[in-house]
Amino acid sequence: MNSLWSLTLATLVKDIRLEWRSKDALNAMLFFSLQVVVIFVFSFDPLAEESRHIVGGLVWVAFLFAAVVALNQTWARELRNQVLDAYRVSPAPANALFLAKALGNFLFVVVLQALMVPLFVVFYNLRALGPGWQLIPVAGLGTWALVVNGTFFAAMSLRTRSREIMLPLLLFPISIPAVIAMVAGTTAILTGENSAHFYIVLLLTYDVVFTTACLALFETILHAE
Amino acid sequence: MKRLFPILSILTVILLAYALYEALVVAPTDALQGDVYRIIYYHVPSAWTAFLLFFINFVASIQYLVRAKRSTELAAKWIVIAIGVVGVIATFIPAVQHSLPTGMRPSAVATTVLLIAIFYFLIGRWFAGDKLDMLAVTSAEVGVVFCTIVLVTGPLWARPVWGIWWAPGDIRLTSTLVLWLIYVSYLVLRRFSNSAQTQMLAAALAVFGALDVPLVYFSIWFFRTQHPQPVIGGGGSMDPRMLHVLLISWLAFLCFAFLVCWSRFRLESLHREVEQAHAMEALVGAGASKTSLPLSRSSQ
Amino acid sequence: MTEVSPSISSTIVVENVIKQFGRFAALRGVSAEFDAGRFHAILGDNGAGKTTLLRALAGLARPTQGTISIFGKSPQAACRDIGYMAHPSLLYDEMSGMENLRYFARLYGISGDGRCAEAIRSVGLDPTLIRGVGQYSQGMRQRMSLARSVLHDPKVLLLDEPFSNVDVHSAREMVQLLKGRRDTGKTIFVVTHQAMLLEEIADEFIWMEAGQIVDRTTSVDRGANSCRGVL
Repeated sequence: MNSLWSLTLATLVKDIRLEWRSKDALNAMLFFSLQVVVIFVFSFDPLAEESRHIVGGLVWVAFLFAAVVALNQTWARELRNQVLDAYRVSPAPANALFLAKALGNFLFVVVLQALMVPLFVVFYNLRALGPGWQLIPVAGLGTWALVVNGTFFAAMSLRTRSREIMLPLLLFPISIPAVIAMVAGTTAILTGENSAHFYIVLLLTYDVVFTTACLALFETILHAE
Repeated sequence: MKRLFPILSILTVILLAYALYEALVVAPTDALQGDVYRIIYYHVPSAWTAFLLFFINFVASIQYLVRAKRSTELAAKWIVIAIGVVGVIATFIPAVQHSLPTGMRPSAVATTVLLIAIFYFLIGRWFAGDKLDMLAVTSAEVGVVFCTIVLVTGPLWARPVWGIWWAPGDIRLTSTLVLWLIYVSYLVLRRFSNSAQTQMLAAALAVFGALDVPLVYFSIWFFRTQHPQPVIGGGGSMDPRMLHVLLISWLAFLCFAFLVCWSRFRLESLHREVEQAHAMEALVGAGASKTSLPLSRSSQ
Repeated sequence: MTEVSPSISSTIVVENVIKQFGRFAALRGVSAEFDAGRFHAILGDNGAGKTTLLRALAGLARPTQGTISIFGKSPQAACRDIGYMAHPSLLYDEMSGMENLRYFARLYGISGDGRCAEAIRSVGLDPTLIRGVGQYSQGMRQRMSLARSVLHDPKVLLLDEPFSNVDVHSAREMVQLLKGRRDTGKTIFVVTHQAMLLEEIADEFIWMEAGQIVDRTTSVDRGANSCRGVL
């Protein structure tokens, strides 16, 4: 168990270092996220009365777009020189690789969210009428829900044609309960009209169930020829 | 077998015609909705058939995944037995009985749990090895067709009666939509995958989909309690005569589904035989002209 | 084979291995035994199945039928004893050689820079080079990839065309390195089109055609000393 976590950490550090050195994915993603927010601002009038009720949905749809583009990059570096073969041939546990990639994606998407959220707050004059601190578990659990399945399906898509479209195609249907919970939870907190408590519990359940499923099946996916 | 199919086909056609007659003529007119409601005799049986087929796919996929290793296969068997035993015993506990939704009898729950467990073992027995995967793809494809019928008849029914095509809070219709999406993505994965382990990947996706379904249900259910929405499917109890026609209709649909699945299964089986023959030819053919002897060790 | 005879644990046994990709049969019933501590060169035309055989030995391609045992264990179970190198470098372009090896060492539970530096030096490269591997010449990159595959001191080395696109000088150095490894008791399999490079070094030449082993010779010249027939 000790070696699993130390290897996960080593892989995560390696990925962060690589990303920091090239910065190409990060910069492109940041700019893309900015554009997504701007398009939403032009499409959904911030001054309208109803915007407070739909902003929860807008924000998460924007995060979803950004997350998918980020997730498609997950294995790009490994594919370049068939590095995954080196991993498959080694005695290293496959789950260390999975956790490292999932955590890396999580951090990446959180960075993007950190850019997009202030923009949404500014453009839509957002204020949480409900308990604002609850946005943190909603965002955290919701992002993990997207990222854990996204990393798994990104690995699945490696063996398919039209890789970039397969990832969202597989990810979206499975993510629907999480998206409902994220959006409804965020809206509940922003409007203060309902409690987000149940949605947080649902997201937690979703995360536990699917993290377990991913960890159980990732080795099979990694070794698929 | 070859004679059985035409006989069953004729029987099915008769049954479907009879069900149609019952649905359009015999069943009483609904007090509130008039004759429009009769689409329910297509809508609901399609849904039940689709769910049954998707359940078969789930069981077949799990069996396919666990049989990779002997230990996982045994573990899965014991888990199913445990679920069966616990499920049946639990329905006798008063605390559990009280928490069941109204209208659901404990004996019905116990029977269902038991049937699920028996089902698991029967499928494992009747379909061994590669046949599990053939069953999975068959049930997924036919299930998607029936699911499409549900999604088309749902809005068709909703529009004249409630004035809207769709209500996002309608649990049943929305859950069905998500199920449809999951299984269409399953079929797309099967088609687009160029891996040697396509069957494993698809089985993994099916398991993910099955784990997702209860979560979908709960998320919409809670959303609905906070945002009351019209219920398209209609709630409450049903006139026993209507229920009678509904069950006849379902029987006809099941027979039809069985026939389609059987054909599809046969088609898949033949397809794989052809592939095997080609593979065998590639294996033997090109090398036949060369004299190559099995060598055991090199001399030194 | 119901008993495990003592010799099994020191040999690599390929038993009637068939590997099919859909309708294409890459390996069509390959059966052979290989002694430990020998240098085997695998030769043959493109499409003969050499790479597939190597990948099957490495555990990367699971046989459709048949078994492979490496010192009595399956390739997956014997992964600590296997070092694999292919034409793609299996390295991260943006990291230096030392950084790459440090990471891959972790996969084998090796910590500390000592062995990484030693592996890099053994292939004739400088461990202190901070350039990304992607900026190396082809020859340097192949040598770094070789360093990665020998890092954990595996008993079996599987190399797929290690000399392709490599200058003659680098190739000769790599060959000498491999000879050194063989002399310390390691088993080496090299798939190559450049048989002449291994003329002096290889203990055995294995010839493949259309997914089968058609000949095993002790010299590059197929006429002399060829082994045909079943023992």
